[in-house]
Amino acid sequence: MNAPQSVTADTWTVAGRTFSSRLIVGTGKYKSFEENAAAVEASGAQIVTVAVRRVNIADPNQPMLTDFIDPKRVTYLPNTAGCFTADEAIRTLRLAREAGGWTLVKLEVLGEAKTLYPDMRETLKATETLVKEGFEPMVYCVDDPIAAKQLEEAGAVAIMPLGAPIGSGLGIQNRITIRLIVEGAGVPVLVDAGVGTASDAAVAMELGCDGVLMNTAIAEAKEPITMARAMKQAVEAGRMAYLAGRMGKRRYADPSSPLAGLI
Amino acid sequence: MTETAQKATISITVNGEARRVNAGSSIAAMLEAIGLNPRKVAVERNLEVVPRSTLGDVTVGEGDQFEIVHFVGGG
Repeated sequence: MNAPQSVTADTWTVAGRTFSSRLIVGTGKYKSFEENAAAVEASGAQIVTVAVRRVNIADPNQPMLTDFIDPKRVTYLPNTAGCFTADEAIRTLRLAREAGGWTLVKLEVLGEAKTLYPDMRETLKATETLVKEGFEPMVYCVDDPIAAKQLEEAGAVAIMPLGAPIGSGLGIQNRITIRLIVEGAGVPVLVDAGVGTASDAAVAMELGCDGVLMNTAIAEAKEPITMARAMKQAVEAGRMAYLAGRMGKRRYADPSSPLAGLI
Repeated sequence: MTETAQKATISITVNGEARRVNAGSSIAAMLEAIGLNPRKVAVERNLEVVPRSTLGDVTVGEGDQFEIVHFVGGG
């Protein structure tokens, strides 16, 4: 048996938990919980990111995300989206741990509202504190191999560089730094943010990333469920291409048909 | 409400809103009075997380500030 067997057995492990799907999807921006649940199903994702927010005490019987996406079937990865300081992010994740009872979390500490670029000083500080408190943070970061290494040394269980600004759909802007981060990392690397369409996800995987995290590319597609399926296939195709090892690039043409025996 | 019943309530803040609860209520009782299932939310009291296992034991105090959160859709 050749490639197909090795691909079906292809898994990745983060903080001791093993997953076969390399696509992590967000649960924001969907028109309805039903559409969100159907998109998660179509994506094949085994991990979804979720936010931690105040309960609406004026209307406590509103439907909840957990009624539609079962946390027993899909791993909830609580995030700190919207936090601009280490302290806010830590406070949010302490509550998330109490709400969910698990320590695997996504840390993101933002620097400014316009670009949603991560504040790496605060991100590193928060990572250190969270690790001391027993959390296992997967960390959203800049596409900088040095910053990635520092996060890993601080105890990040996964490095999640942006491909482009959150929600921009601009695709992987710097393939060189993503590849350098992958080469240097001893923990999983996932592109988090910037994917706009299926080919972007394939590029991330072809660069050797362990996975891709996306939200808007699926939620804001005209047909989110179809796009979720496309992303699943793109992540699988990109991963398979990476494992297969792409051909070398040449500057000029090289014929595919033999030159010998030409009439 | 009788005069004694009014005296027996205390004022607290829940998710930024002022509320009154019966003096001596546990946090679990306060959540149920709001209509929330204590098993589906996480509670912070005066910036400290209250472990779910102790929600029935901790008594709400005058002026306490609560944050009650749950998971919502996010990226």
